[in-house]
Amino acid sequence: MLFSLLLQEGPANTTNYMIAGYAVIFGVMLIYLISLLVRQRNLQKDLEVMEEIQGDQE
Amino acid sequence: MESKPRLLTILDIATVVLLLIATYMVFFYAPQEAVMGDVQRVFYFHVAAGWVGMLSFMGAAIAGIVYLIKKDRKWDIVGLAAVEIGIVFLFINVVTGSIWARPIWNTWWTWDPRLTTATVMLLIYLAYLMLRQGIEDPDRRARFGAVYAIIGSLSVPLTYFSARIFRTIHPIVIGSGDPNASGSFDMTPLMTRTFMFSLLTFTFIFFDLFWHRIRLGRKADQVEQLRLKTME
Repeated sequence: MLFSLLLQEGPANTTNYMIAGYAVIFGVMLIYLISLLVRQRNLQKDLEVMEEIQGDQE
Repeated sequence: MESKPRLLTILDIATVVLLLIATYMVFFYAPQEAVMGDVQRVFYFHVAAGWVGMLSFMGAAIAGIVYLIKKDRKWDIVGLAAVEIGIVFLFINVVTGSIWARPIWNTWWTWDPRLTTATVMLLIYLAYLMLRQGIEDPDRRARFGAVYAIIGSLSVPLTYFSARIFRTIHPIVIGSGDPNASGSFDMTPLMTRTFMFSLLTFTFIFFDLFWHRIRLGRKADQVEQLRLKTME
């Protein structure tokens, strides 16, 4: 494949692969960011519930 | 609710600004590679993501060592945060490498030493998360996690040097690589600047996410402690 790339006159048309690559990079980073936010929110709720239960026990 | 430190807000803003500049440089500042075309632009963030992965796993090993010495669970939280971020970025590294390989090597995947060691490293740290899931006692989990992270970190230099020690088709852009490597290119000064800037940006992304993930881990630990106390 590389040889055929070398034999051609201009650069290979690989724009679609570049787009796919950056879609993966930004997509995965965005999903991870959202997961951090969701977990943070859920833990905050859990914390409030646990503190409430503990307050009742005391 | 624990308030967000001012320094973290500044780090958030700086990271976003750096990412925007790095993205601009990748698409508009760096020239198109003469043979491979646009897909070569994946290289800038592909390598930077691999760098974050390796940085994270070494960080987890250091946190593991400190935990075993001090027996303070905050180091377990640090170690877990590092591993999680490392997995995310190593995954990006492996997948983008595969996307780059399709037009250049004419295959999505080959069991080349670099690709194999990177995948094994990813699996090692996925197993770290599974191991932790299986242990209920927090101190035991932290101890096992620390030892695992230290042993697992051996995969980091192995992966890094695999493309330099073994016969490989994986290109090495910095330093001299295997003459059999396929897809190598010489970086122009604009490419080098873009590459260095991407590395800097991803280092900022790492520290920013790391800080956020440690805060999340502290909260999870707080909830777990309260839950255990309630169950007593």
